[in-house]
Amino acid sequence: MKATGTSTERVTVDSPLAGSEHDQLLTGWGRTAPSRAQVSRPSSAQDIQASIRAAGPRGVLARGLGRSYGDAAQSGGASVFDMTTLHTFDLDIEAGTVTALAGASVDEILRAIVPAGFFVPVTAGTRFVTVGGAIAADIHGKNHHIEGSFGSHVTRMSVIDGNGELLELSPDDPATSDMFWATVGGMGLTGVIVDATFRLIPIETSRMSVDTVRCVDLDDVMSRMIEGDDNYRYSVAWIDSVAPSGRGVLTRGDHASRSQLNAKEAAHPLEYATPSLPSAPAFMPNGLLNAASVRAFNEAWFRKHPKKRHGELHSIPSFFHPLDGVRDWNRIYGPQGFLQYQFVVPDAAGWIVERTLSRLKDVGAPSFLTVLKRFGPANRAPLSFPQPGWTLAADVPAGNDQLGPVLDELDELVASEGGRLYLAKDSRQSPSMLARTYPRLGEWQTVRDRMDPRGVFTSDLGRRLSL
Amino acid sequence: MIDALGEPQSVLVLGGSSEIALATVQALPRARMRRVVLAGRPSSALDDAAAELGNVGIPTVEVVEFDATATDNHGAFIDEVFDNGDIDIVILAFGVLGDQMEVEADPSQAVHIATVNYTGAVSVGLHVARRLRAQGHGHLVVISSVAGDRARRANYVYGSTKAGLDAFAQGLGDALVGSGASVLVVRPGMVRTRMSAGLPEAPMTTDPDVVGKTIVHALRKGKHTVYAPGPLRFLMTAVKSVPRPVFRKLPQ
Repeated sequence: MKATGTSTERVTVDSPLAGSEHDQLLTGWGRTAPSRAQVSRPSSAQDIQASIRAAGPRGVLARGLGRSYGDAAQSGGASVFDMTTLHTFDLDIEAGTVTALAGASVDEILRAIVPAGFFVPVTAGTRFVTVGGAIAADIHGKNHHIEGSFGSHVTRMSVIDGNGELLELSPDDPATSDMFWATVGGMGLTGVIVDATFRLIPIETSRMSVDTVRCVDLDDVMSRMIEGDDNYRYSVAWIDSVAPSGRGVLTRGDHASRSQLNAKEAAHPLEYATPSLPSAPAFMPNGLLNAASVRAFNEAWFRKHPKKRHGELHSIPSFFHPLDGVRDWNRIYGPQGFLQYQFVVPDAAGWIVERTLSRLKDVGAPSFLTVLKRFGPANRAPLSFPQPGWTLAADVPAGNDQLGPVLDELDELVASEGGRLYLAKDSRQSPSMLARTYPRLGEWQTVRDRMDPRGVFTSDLGRRLSL
Repeated sequence: MIDALGEPQSVLVLGGSSEIALATVQALPRARMRRVVLAGRPSSALDDAAAELGNVGIPTVEVVEFDATATDNHGAFIDEVFDNGDIDIVILAFGVLGDQMEVEADPSQAVHIATVNYTGAVSVGLHVARRLRAQGHGHLVVISSVAGDRARRANYVYGSTKAGLDAFAQGLGDALVGSGASVLVVRPGMVRTRMSAGLPEAPMTTDPDVVGKTIVHALRKGKHTVYAPGPLRFLMTAVKSVPRPVFRKLPQ
């Protein structure tokens, strides 16, 4: 058969099933429950304002370095801003403050400020978090019992609200303070943080002076922390989740003074270098972290620490960010991913720490890495996680079918004792658990609704928990 | 959202009185389940299914009218369900078997079987896929059949509709790669349900709850195809390799 024409044009129709070049499957650090979003890399606040004004029904969300373990920094079908393109910052040496765009990482800030004699007021267990993420999750560090969480050190910030308006927010100005504190710990659902100013800690040296003690069991760890933590700026305990005793290693310290350095070190007191170590292999099978390997790791970790050591000098990375030494260490859990169960309970409910470790062991999900610390007073943010008491963080593989019921059972204990879970780690709690344990949720929602009347800011976490 | 531990919050069943679909919903973890939508033609079986799910503690069970043959309405129907909230799992479970002998005597019955099992499923399947892609997550579970693997004298009209549906579902799954949504093709063997009542049992005949558990396991593992029961995969590999003159003579 002969063709009847030469200029027949095919009509092309946009398929609603076709992908786009901006499509990305996003997960949190735990690599569970992916969803697709349209990821853009804004080059200015104006880009973000325009996108918010043009937002579709699935909404928008800002994402930093993706270190939240669960679904806080992803939003299915939404337009997600990769904020790491906006990462410049200024150090004000006179004032002792940094003013940073939201996408600036603690890593790059530390490289600039440590040699100048400053340290960030709060750092998480990784330095690969952005300033925006640190505020949105109101992160805490080993100094919470003394200095509180990150939001408490922020003196101002600018935020783009749900109407695309740029707002200047202050923690103390009555006109904006409710919006400021709703954004601290607000998980990115009140607006897009553009930049922020926060106070720094002056340091004499880049070394940490650390006291280490191995503790024979969990009671030993906890009683030493109750007795001695107030004498230390930084304190954290690592717990052996496999040993029946719950033995642990307590490391506490402060920034070393110049007089603690030897002559060679004193020549470069503020030298700051981060080790560049290998990354974990790209593919790891499920089940590599089994009871035997977890036991072996915990044994080795316990043995690697001295029985007791006083005033030992450590580098900032080795004291604060030991896991940053292995890039992409989250891959070791295999394709099914993992989650971190982190709660805080009041002192009187410290027994939940032991119960948690034993219940995880019961179902064959012993925590690979377990960290215990004490929190000081809460701040003014309605959704901020820290409150006085014990906080335990346990890493467990997600592929265990018995984990869900056990964590629900532990949730019930945590809630009934007045505790709560950390939203930056959460990937599975129920909406009712959240509502019950964050009594100021309604107050936060009122402010959020004012800042975002159209409901533009959405995340998988927000949808999952009916925030 | 299906959470980190595989707990879904919402399910849509197309063919809401399907025993396989009901068993699947029953086999899903329930701790986070908020909403199950049963869509089908009004019937006492549909109401019974809703009551049963209400009894096991699912907070919201909606019953909505849905006709697989009314393809003009499928788009608006699916939009209405999804506009009320994301759907984590859609189970496409409707289908009719028909009686092969009656069908041969009255081809208009064949048209009906093809319209429900294939045309209707393709229509609503594409609308579901559009919404799953837009929300960036979710699973479409398509109940195919081993009858589509190899045509049999006893039910080839039904089998041919399932063969078409199966091919459609496979292609749809490929179209959705990278979208956050996925398609699971389920190929049950003979299952003891209303549909098969009175028929002689084939080898490896199973019960709806076995199929339900198999589907839930396959979803958790992220599979794209599953036979139910699982070992049926090997039997069907053998069946497909039997030459036609021989296959014809096997007991059907």
